[in-house]
This record gives sequence, structure tokens and C-alpha cells, in this order.
Amino acid sequence: MIALQHTRQVALRYIRALLRQPAWVGISLVQPVIWLLLFGALFKRTADIPGFTGGSYIEFLTPGVVVMLAVSSAGWVGMGFIEDINRGTMDRLLVSPIWRGALNLGSVAQSVLSIAVQSAIVIGLSLAVGAHFHDGLAGVAVLIAVAGLLGAVFASLSNGVAVLTRQRETLIGIVTMVTLPLTFLSSALMQQSLLPDWIRWIAKFNPVNWATEAGRSAASPNADWGLIATRTGLLALLLLASAAFATRAFNAYQRSI
Amino acid sequence: MKAIEASNLSKTYPGGVPALDGLSLEVEAGTIFGLLGPNGAGKSTAVKILTTLARADSGEARVTGLDVVRDADRVRRSIGVVGQKPGLDPEATGSENLEMQAELYGIRGAVRRERVEQLLDRLGLADAAGRLAKTYSGGMQRRLDVALGLIHRPNVLFLDEPTTGLDPEARGELWREIERLARDEEMTILLTTQYLEEADRLASELVIVDRGRIVAHGSPDELKSELRGDTVQVELVESANGDAAAAVSQVAGVSELSVDGQLLRARAANGAAAIPSLITALERSGLQVASATIARPSLDDVYLRHAGRSFQQADTDTKEVAA
Repeated sequence: MIALQHTRQVALRYIRALLRQPAWVGISLVQPVIWLLLFGALFKRTADIPGFTGGSYIEFLTPGVVVMLAVSSAGWVGMGFIEDINRGTMDRLLVSPIWRGALNLGSVAQSVLSIAVQSAIVIGLSLAVGAHFHDGLAGVAVLIAVAGLLGAVFASLSNGVAVLTRQRETLIGIVTMVTLPLTFLSSALMQQSLLPDWIRWIAKFNPVNWATEAGRSAASPNADWGLIATRTGLLALLLLASAAFATRAFNAYQRSI
Repeated sequence: MKAIEASNLSKTYPGGVPALDGLSLEVEAGTIFGLLGPNGAGKSTAVKILTTLARADSGEARVTGLDVVRDADRVRRSIGVVGQKPGLDPEATGSENLEMQAELYGIRGAVRRERVEQLLDRLGLADAAGRLAKTYSGGMQRRLDVALGLIHRPNVLFLDEPTTGLDPEARGELWREIERLARDEEMTILLTTQYLEEADRLASELVIVDRGRIVAHGSPDELKSELRGDTVQVELVESANGDAAAAVSQVAGVSELSVDGQLLRARAANGAAAIPSLITALERSGLQVASATIARPSLDDVYLRHAGRSFQQADTDTKEVAA
């Protein structure tokens, strides 16, 4: 109960701060549009490759873009922690009786909410340009949920790294180094069966690919619920581990000051 | 009853930088206790350990009778902390800052509303309550930080260099508020400061900390009365050498000489009587005197006597180490 109340307070704080930055709001609303239209136009002919089984490329691409957006926006969440630590805000919270887990989970909740809004925009736009999601609302809801789950994993990792390094530059370096390769080592932009063998093998261990597979299957005409369940389960386990990592990182921080 | 007890706290930072070297102290409930020392003396480290933020390598500490490690959560409920760095959230308004802090201490509903309003009022922030904290002046931000530390009516309040960086007016306001808290609310306050006049004015008991150790302990008056006589300060036209020390040591009634570049400091039972012979002795050694002053003992003299260097010198030393 207290855990939930404290998480809510932390989440409210971050959400409020974001909404007060009109530039940020504007950019995060426009970014999904640019991604979908740009990738959609660039890779349009992919649908003509022999062996491509999806419908239109936009239909295939939409879940991929949703997942990519989740990873890229969640990766930066740790920047807020670094600012809080460099000011005294984090120290003030750490000497209060706040439930420690709320610090990460509150920030994760804000990130998941942003991802849900961005995902809804991508999906809406994709419908507007003629894509069909056969399972209707249920499939779309699962896609957004899976993207949120993946975002929560990356936001927690970002927070943990932020607390351990407390360096903006280090976090920027790590996020840029990790997110793009993980995206390309998945089926986000290209159908799994058309990927080179070695990438397909690596993708089996790539959480970005787990989310892509589950989300894409949920939005397709014949959803494979077994696959969706296992991939979601893996992501949930990973979230437990990464949230524990982010929360425990504070112990290391408190030992170092 | 003791509100704060610390025994033998030691801490060394990674890289072998010693911050605390066996610090012990006891603070009587309901008093203002001062921790006075230059930058890098270990004051903030002591506060971080006592407020459960950091851990000592060895030693023990209790706040309101509770161990700061084993009972950290209960300690957190009974203390208020105003750190050296601003703890407020600049992207939230004054009210929002206080409301969130109240929720974290389980204060909700009507009680929350009442406390927030009361604190905003008392700290002169009522008119700015709806403005983002980042638009506040330095003094207002500091007062909001103090309000954040008071929302749950703590028994013990820690103030880590609360007036550093404030202009004299804002400093005076904060001093009055601190005095009011100790007097009207019977709060125990531990205050760290590098300002001698701040410790002198606020603290009923104080320790002087240097390089992680306590070098002197007592009330400001006790510490000052340890130093009988006057401080004599002589400024030379040129930097002094060994001759100066030799010349001065022959003058009767002058003791505890220290030489720092062009500045000579010494103690004399009767400063006015010592100055003429001091000047004669110096000029006989070929040293020209630019100015000479006599002062009643200050806490700076207490510090000089116990730490073996002046306050400013200690500050410069620390900066050089840091650089």
C-alpha cells in the first residue's frame, strides 16, 4: 500500500515536470510520426522481396516502430536520476522514509505512460494510412502492453546505470551504444525469416526481439498466443531483475558518499 | 536526554581520502549544537552518517536513541534534514514540493493541507506557493528546503551549512527562524557551518572539527575564554622570514606566535602594552611594519589555537588538495 502510494508520488512528480516542457511534449508527439513515415517510405519495397509474407510494409513495420520508440525513449530515463543526484533532490528523498523501490518504479511509470501515448499515435497513424490490425482492440492493447514492458526494462537499466555512474556522458555513451544495435539485431524492421542466420540466432536472446515478436504476432491475423505468452513472460522476468538492479544501485551509491 | 550520540565515527573515501577520523559527540535534546570547521573538515560526512544517508566504516551513532544503521527507517521518521545542496524539485511549485514530501511521511488530507499552508506562511513563501521553485531567489529556495525538512515536525533537525551562499539579509532571516525552532518547538538542531559568527550566534555548544577530528569542544564563551588576553596582529611590508619569529620571541608577554607570509599573529596578556615593544623589536631586525591591530579573542583564534592554522589557511589548503 505504502509502496504504491510512494510510487504514485514519484511518478506524478516526473509526469508533471515533463508536461511543463512544451518542447518535449511536442517532440515526443511528432517523433513517432516521423519514424513511421520515414521508415515506411524508405523500406516500402521490402514487401516485394520474395518470401515476405506480411501484408503491406506499413502493417508489418508498425509493431517494429512501436518497439523501437519504447527502447529509445526509455533509454534516456536515467538522465532524470542524474539530475536529481547532482542536485540534492535524491539525497533528500533517500533520508525520507520513502520505499526505495518507488524511486525507480515511479520513474518507470512515467516512461511507460509516455510510451503508451507514443504507441497509440503510431498505431492511429498507421490505421489512417490504411493498415489493418485483425484482432482489433485486443491485439493493439497487447502490442502497447508489450512495448510498455520492454520500456520498463530499459528505463530500469538506465536508472541503475545512472545511479552507479552519475555521469551524463557515460549514460549517453551507453544508451547510444546499446539501443541501435539491439534494434538492428531484431526483426523490428525486417521479417525474421529474411534475416541472416547469425542475426536470427542472436535475436533469440535479444529482449527487443522478444517484444517485437510478441507485439507483431498480437497484431497479426493469426496471433500465436503461446509465443506471446513466453515472450511476455521472459520480459516480465527481465523487468524483475532490472528493477531490482536499479533499486539496489542506491546501496552502492550510499556506500560511495 | 541525549538526542544525538556518536562514538568514534571513521570514514575513508575510495582513493584513501580520510573524511572522518574517530569523531565522537553528544548533543543534548532541545539545544542547538554547532559543528564548526573549514571546507573538507568532515562536517558534511558526519551529517550524512547521522542522517542515514552514508555509512561509517567504523564507529556507532544513535539519533533519538535509535541506531542509524539498524533502525534507519525509524531514525528517518524522527529527523528533518536540510542538506548542503538544494533538495527541492525545481520543476515543481512550492506547494507541490511540500505536498509530495508530506505524502512520503504519511501526512495526508486536511492535516497535509494545514501543515503546507502553515509552513509556507511561516517561511514567507505564501505568495510564491504557486510558482515553480526554479524561479525562486537563493534565499527563498533555502527557506523551501528548510520547510521540506520540517513538514513532519521532526524531533531533530540537521542543517548542513544552511546559510552558505546567502546574502546577509537572507542569512539573518534564516538565523531568526532557526532560533525560533529551538526556542518555541524545542527541537534539537545540529548545524554545520564554516562561519564563525554563525556558530557564535546560534550554537549553545559547539565542536571545532579539523581533518575529521574534533579539536575543541565547549560553549562559544568557554572556548573564547580559554584564550586569555588579546590577539595581536601585525602586517609587515614584506614577507617575514625567520628573523621575525626570533625578534618577537624576545618581547615579554607575547606568546603563541604564528607567521603566515606578511602576517604575524600572537597572543598578549595586554595587547596595547605589547604593541610598541613588538614594533620596536621587528624594526630593529629590519622588518617594516605596515599595520598593527589588537582584537578580543574570536572563534577564529580558538580555531587557530586548536587546529594550528587559521581558518582561511585551512580553507586554502583544502582547495589546493582538491585541485
